[in-house]
Amino acid sequence: MTTTAAIEATGLVKDFGRFRAVDGIDLEVRQGEIFGVLGPNGAGKTTALRMLATLLPIDAGRARVFGVDVAAEPHRIRQLIGITGQFASVDEDLTATENLWLFGRLQGLRSAAARAAAGRLLEQFGLEEAANRPIAQFSGGMRRRLDLAASLITRLPLIFLDEPTTGLDPRTRGQMWDTIRGLVAEGCTVLLTTQYLDEADHLAGRIAVIDRGRKVAEGTPEELKASVGNSTLQLRLAPGADREAARQVVRRVAETEPVLTPESGRMNVPLATADRAADVLIGLRHAGVSIASVSVAQPTLDEVFFAITGHGADADAALDDTGSGESAPAATDHAVQEVQ
Amino acid sequence: MSTVTADTTAGVRSAPGLVAPAAVVAATHARSSLVETLVQTLVMAWRALKKMRRNPEQFFDVTLQPLLFTAMFAYIFGGAISGNVHSYLPLLIPGIVAQTVLTTCMATGVTLREDMEKGVFDRFKALPMARIAPLAGPMTADLVRYLIAAGLTFFTGVLIGYRPSGGVLGVLGAILLSVITGWSLAWIFTWLGTITKSAKSVQGMSMLILFPLTFLSNAFVPVTTLPGWLAAFVKVNPVSHLVSGTRDLANRGAVSAEVGWTLLACLVVIAVFAPLSVRSYRRHL
Repeated sequence: MTTTAAIEATGLVKDFGRFRAVDGIDLEVRQGEIFGVLGPNGAGKTTALRMLATLLPIDAGRARVFGVDVAAEPHRIRQLIGITGQFASVDEDLTATENLWLFGRLQGLRSAAARAAAGRLLEQFGLEEAANRPIAQFSGGMRRRLDLAASLITRLPLIFLDEPTTGLDPRTRGQMWDTIRGLVAEGCTVLLTTQYLDEADHLAGRIAVIDRGRKVAEGTPEELKASVGNSTLQLRLAPGADREAARQVVRRVAETEPVLTPESGRMNVPLATADRAADVLIGLRHAGVSIASVSVAQPTLDEVFFAITGHGADADAALDDTGSGESAPAATDHAVQEVQ
Repeated sequence: MSTVTADTTAGVRSAPGLVAPAAVVAATHARSSLVETLVQTLVMAWRALKKMRRNPEQFFDVTLQPLLFTAMFAYIFGGAISGNVHSYLPLLIPGIVAQTVLTTCMATGVTLREDMEKGVFDRFKALPMARIAPLAGPMTADLVRYLIAAGLTFFTGVLIGYRPSGGVLGVLGAILLSVITGWSLAWIFTWLGTITKSAKSVQGMSMLILFPLTFLSNAFVPVTTLPGWLAAFVKVNPVSHLVSGTRDLANRGAVSAEVGWTLLACLVVIAVFAPLSVRSYRRHL
């Protein structure tokens, strides 16, 4: 007997007026995996997720969750899924306990069971001290944890997480990752959208890269990263250094095209292995190009995007409909090691 | 800064065993049962009551308006319309009751519209909840507001010398009638809340409906003083029936035909606007 896919979507389309936000996306998410949907702001990640979660009507294509048709039986779908959005969707006027009790009751728990579940989740998410405080006094991280807790009151087999760590500090982010792994250990399936390659890399078994409403790549994190090299040499040229000469050196030594960010004299070089960094640096010394700073980092979403789509990740951020204000630069300065 | 403990790594839910998707799928049902719908509505009403208690300024309209309008109208129009303030009161108080209850309805639509724009409504929509519950819940909580509005109007009336001949029972009947009417008519404004783009437009459209309905009625003046064409409209205006029904109850203790007409109109409004509201709420995702 084969198990049904957690999500099976074919040709999903969503139009907002004349703007096609999602343009024929296929997804297959297996039971028990963390599936990452990676893309810049405005790529259509959130829209696709909202369609799968019955929050937006599906304009074309079809989707099934554990074999149940999303468009035909939304009420049944809602008994299978939990969703946690980019923006905390809890009630500002209620306390944390009241929020969880409310959502528990609305999911069919009796009053006492809902109260017990609320207490248990607040303790597990480290919120028991804030249990009776108004949400208005919560920090961003606390809200996000409460929001996730609200999706976990009853045992749901599929959890949608829409950019669960956008705007969180690294420590809270790590805790959120642990929580997400814990879900999967219990048999949940998780569909996660993110702008950060390292997040998808740490968590997801498989990743779909979405750009301008289309799926442009799909694979394991290893496969995706292999397409841009395993690490990136980030150079900042000294003022007055010959940028063109530097570019020639990179082409010759690393056999690749550097990604230039002209405004700050930065130059990113994708590398198959970090060892090649030394070769590039020696080449630059020989060519007489002087360097202000050097670091080696994991490839960023920007580079994956550049490699796959031929344009930068934020090229169409202007089309964003879900609020780009919260995007944090956490991905790029993660795991940076100085090599000097 | 954070107080998350290490046990978040160990798994979020302490309940034993793994989630079994096939079993969960098998246990799903296609719609909420009647009992579930009722429970969900009451839970949503609980939420609305909590919010009211924490934002007491929401009660300004139902407390200030009855006090202010009753006194103002009585002293300004009393002499002109009925010769003196005292003999105007039996005519005026039921009119003010109708008016305040109607303005309270408007607030129902505006509050709902504001509420629907918040992130928490996303979660409500993603929950297996009957689509009528998020609408009927706040409306049920608003019964408190109608009760305050109607009760306070009678109270103010009594303070300035109104002595309803219908007695306590008559007045209670009149309050009950206006609360029922208010709740029923609120479906119109709830529907407006689900079709308009912002809370402001709900307010604007509601005013357009409310002003003609309340002032082109017998709420403040005897119909006999009106020109024939206007009197014709006033006679079919449902607000006139509410006002007459309330007068009959409060001033004579009589359950007249007007009471029946009012209740019938309420049923019609609910039958039309409740399904419309649910339909447009469902579509308005």
